Amino acid sequence: MAVQDTSRHEPQRSSFLNDPVVRGRLYQLLTVVIVAAFVWFIADNTAANLARQNKTTGFDFFWFTSGFDIQFSLIPYSRASTYGTAFLVGILNTMLVAVIGVFFASLLGFMVGIARLSNNFIISRLALIYVETLRNVPLLLQLVFWYFAVLKSMPGVRQSFIFLDGVVLNQRGLYLPKVVTDAQFAWVWGALALSIVAIVVLQRWAHKRLEATGQRFPVFWTALGVLVVLPLVAGLISGTHLSVDLPVLKGFNYAGGIGLPPELVALCLGLIFYTATFISEIVRAGIQSVSYGQTEAAQALGLRDGDRLRLVIIPQAMRVIIPPLASQYLNLTKNSSLAIAIGYPDLVSVFMNTTLNQTGRAIEVVFITMLVYLTLSLATSSFMNWYNRRIALVER
Amino acid sequence: MHTKTILTTAALALGLSITAASAGTLEDVKAKGYLDCGVTEGVAGFSIPDANNEWSGIEVDYCRAMAAAIFNDADAVHYTALNTGERFLALSSGKIDVLSRTTTWTMSRDTTLGIDFTGVMFYDGQGFMVRKDLGVSSVKDLAGANVCVQAGTTTELNMADYFSANAIEYTPVVFAGRPEVIAAFEGGRCDAYTTDASGLAADRTRFANPGDYVILPEIISKEPLGPSVRQGDDNWFNISRWVYFAILEAEELGVTSANVDEMLSSENPSIKRLLGVEGDFGTPLGLDKDWAYNIIKLIGNYAEMFDANVGPDTAMGLERGVNALWTKGGIQYAPPIR
Amino acid sequence: MNTQDLAYVRTKFEPARPAPMSNLGLVVWLRRHLFATVGDTVLTLLGIAFLVWALPNLYNFLIGDAVFAAENGDACRAANVGACWAYVWARLDFFLYGFFPADPYWKEQAGLFAEFMAQWRVNLVFFIGLALVVPLLWPSAPFKVVNAALFFIVYPVVVFYLLAGGAFGLEKVPTEKWGGLTITLIIGLVGIVTSLPLGILLALGRQSRLPAIKYLSTGFIELWRAVPLITVLFMASVMLPLFMPSGVTIDKLLSALVGIALFNSAYMAEVVRGGLQALPRGQYEAASSLGLNYWKSMFFIILPQALKHVIPGIVNTFIALFKDTSLVSIIGIFDLLKTVQSSTADLDWTAPTQAITGYIFAAAVFWIFCFSMSRYSIFMENRLHTGHKR
Repeated sequence: MAVQDTSRHEPQRSSFLNDPVVRGRLYQLLTVVIVAAFVWFIADNTAANLARQNKTTGFDFFWFTSGFDIQFSLIPYSRASTYGTAFLVGILNTMLVAVIGVFFASLLGFMVGIARLSNNFIISRLALIYVETLRNVPLLLQLVFWYFAVLKSMPGVRQSFIFLDGVVLNQRGLYLPKVVTDAQFAWVWGALALSIVAIVVLQRWAHKRLEATGQRFPVFWTALGVLVVLPLVAGLISGTHLSVDLPVLKGFNYAGGIGLPPELVALCLGLIFYTATFISEIVRAGIQSVSYGQTEAAQALGLRDGDRLRLVIIPQAMRVIIPPLASQYLNLTKNSSLAIAIGYPDLVSVFMNTTLNQTGRAIEVVFITMLVYLTLSLATSSFMNWYNRRIALVER
Repeated sequence: MHTKTILTTAALALGLSITAASAGTLEDVKAKGYLDCGVTEGVAGFSIPDANNEWSGIEVDYCRAMAAAIFNDADAVHYTALNTGERFLALSSGKIDVLSRTTTWTMSRDTTLGIDFTGVMFYDGQGFMVRKDLGVSSVKDLAGANVCVQAGTTTELNMADYFSANAIEYTPVVFAGRPEVIAAFEGGRCDAYTTDASGLAADRTRFANPGDYVILPEIISKEPLGPSVRQGDDNWFNISRWVYFAILEAEELGVTSANVDEMLSSENPSIKRLLGVEGDFGTPLGLDKDWAYNIIKLIGNYAEMFDANVGPDTAMGLERGVNALWTKGGIQYAPPIR
Repeated sequence: MNTQDLAYVRTKFEPARPAPMSNLGLVVWLRRHLFATVGDTVLTLLGIAFLVWALPNLYNFLIGDAVFAAENGDACRAANVGACWAYVWARLDFFLYGFFPADPYWKEQAGLFAEFMAQWRVNLVFFIGLALVVPLLWPSAPFKVVNAALFFIVYPVVVFYLLAGGAFGLEKVPTEKWGGLTITLIIGLVGIVTSLPLGILLALGRQSRLPAIKYLSTGFIELWRAVPLITVLFMASVMLPLFMPSGVTIDKLLSALVGIALFNSAYMAEVVRGGLQALPRGQYEAASSLGLNYWKSMFFIILPQALKHVIPGIVNTFIALFKDTSLVSIIGIFDLLKTVQSSTADLDWTAPTQAITGYIFAAAVFWIFCFSMSRYSIFMENRLHTGHKR
């Protein structure tokens, strides 16, 4: 039996290149050099091209008069406003679509997602058909369809569909009656705020009582009552007078009321119906991810149906639902940039198309537009990180 | 040498095209054997693919004239359809050699975009078209109207200026592409549609019932539409400019594609100079002596281009108006060739 | 006592009795699935009402009142006519091939075969593609490696030369003339072929222990994922010329392809990263203990398992990519959507239902591709479910 040689041999020294640490540094250095060279190449070319083409550059154009009008704006804007204002109009219009879209897409998505799990054969099949049809057709095609095909079949201004004297639908959009309030209405707003505070307090109290005594308090119905009664009383006492501004045909178009341009309606419809299919799948997967044992365990604890959903199933499902849901919301916001195809003045259309063309500052404009989306995206992902930390399972 | 060949092959395979950057534009164009010309996505009479998918129009004829002057071959042109957003960058980046695309000559474009306008193929002005049954007879009647317009154009700015100067309320409906603008107007989204008056006439021919639409009398702007080239190549600028002057001069002297060969023996010194019979005006430009002869022989003079594409006998049906020669009451005027 | 009497041993089976009435039959199925509660009943009735209203209308529009064959738009302009399929049929060449020039000889000939041969270059591309894709997707078909090499490496080259021409005696066709479904498929194919390897590299980079590589990859991925594709395409078409040395110009289609490939590789990277993270550490350690270096352990141990985990995610990215190809129409490339959209202005076929018919056709084409991809992913998921999930 051989005796193990205990004297230490220096391992044969091979090239220092085989040292993983050295090699790692070399790789990194190489990558950084290549990337830097590439960036330099682009920057140098761009600078040379700009110099050769004798083009003006810089961000000063933000303070120039834009000279063009925008069809739909949430803030005062006219041709005498600056490009900076036009930029703001674009951002706000994008946000408006995003907010409307997120709200209704969630509503529809949750409904369809639950419908897909329904025992009801017809309902679950209808939901399935809806999801599988719209999910597999490009959003742009859907938008173009809504805008160019459906709009064409809408009645002209003089033949508008009119519902209940106040809601008008025609080729120029959807017009809704607007409620006009007077100064006294401030009391109603105050009462509304007060009732919300009262409800929060009530809920806290009811929760404490439930913990302490086990007795329930009908929070929901009470809250609803407070929410209706308090502002109503405030309105009656203050003697506020509400008037309704109805859309009326004036010249070429309807004026008054709330006018929603067809571009906005088509964009929202397209985004909502498309995104809702994805949300419904997320909701379905989330609910299915909670194992049936949880339901049985909740039943074994004697929880009522509502409490079982509210306290056991939904919190666990939400853990699965929220992260992909947030990325769908972000997708919806990014997809709203397709507005350019149907002429809705969103950020891309107002800024990256019109402003870019009128000023010729391609690099500056593209850079800023991307920065806006990047900010939105980073904000969403930091929210997601925060949320994930908050709801992460605390394991032993 | 091999490295360069390999590089070029690789670039070609990738769809890149490399032109020898050191030489002037004329040398580059001669080296590749064709002219790269930027045109519209389709405006009848100006540049539009015809039934055989061949480009035609008065602005296409201008590109053909340049090719004729350089190569004695009017078909040595590659056309690139460009939208309003791409057109100037396509030119200044070298993707195209000349931009002949219903582009209005304005000061800011001339001075800040790295391009130079070389002439005015068509003096135009912005007009409005409405549906006949609206009963509108003037732009001033358009208060409260929705107006369809293409984004990023001078048209969009002129309209804003005009309505604001006349204190008329209106709603612009803006699209990135011209086909969408027309589709929206025809679909009833807008009460009026505005663009260059010639463009209105062109688009009306493409409506299902052209008779249902009227063009309003007001012309609210000056829109000199002309070709442009990259800044910084004076010789190329001169070629572009003198091709334009040559076709005007030919009309003024009565030289047409039909009679150009007879005219070679003309006694008129101006005609002799134009056709290269007397003196050599091509060589200083880097062209042949008979550069103008080739243009006229292969395409024709300005009047022929105008009549064939937008004139009274075409679907466009436009009169010469200000586009007539200065001798006939218009403002088209070419400096003498001498 | 006779033991035989003590226990009764049955020697033959009792015939099965019918299931109790409460578990069986149409009535019970109906009661359970349609009329379980009052609310359910209301929903069912509403659903049936919707179907009764929608199905006949849909049938009449698509088939009943539709015009299938007509010389021109007159038949479609009649009152109360449904879809105008004749228009789709008449413009089908445009939808499939765009402006691609027809073969001069076969263009003159009559008959279906001649029509097919008039576009033989594009049709050949379709057929070779089909012949390579089907065995590639068929799990039990042999020669997978050869097949994959043919499809991913040889096929794109063949496609390029067949379409672009300029060699082997084929007429040169600039990319501006490519169009219709052809270009939609080309963009989809190139996007798929390039985004997967790029995405894998980026995902590995993001998981790397080397900080420079890790942060560069992360930054790249997050940047592309944050911005909408349309801004990327705009940038590709407007700014790429500025980035290139003077004198170098880039084909419009190529710049769109670059944009789409980079954009999707970022999404692909995140999908692949999910697979990498799902692998237990033990796999990495096992690979190291076998003495495999980084690339070998990645290629032979880690990636095969990781990619298998995320096949559904990869296919979903492909589906998204294929749908996103329609965005190139905004920068003026004549893809399927753009050809349909521009043909809706075709005066010969002007009719109330012209645009709707065109868009339904385009939607159906997209739907068939995307839906089959998603079904295939489900099929593969089940097949590959080889017990790594408990």
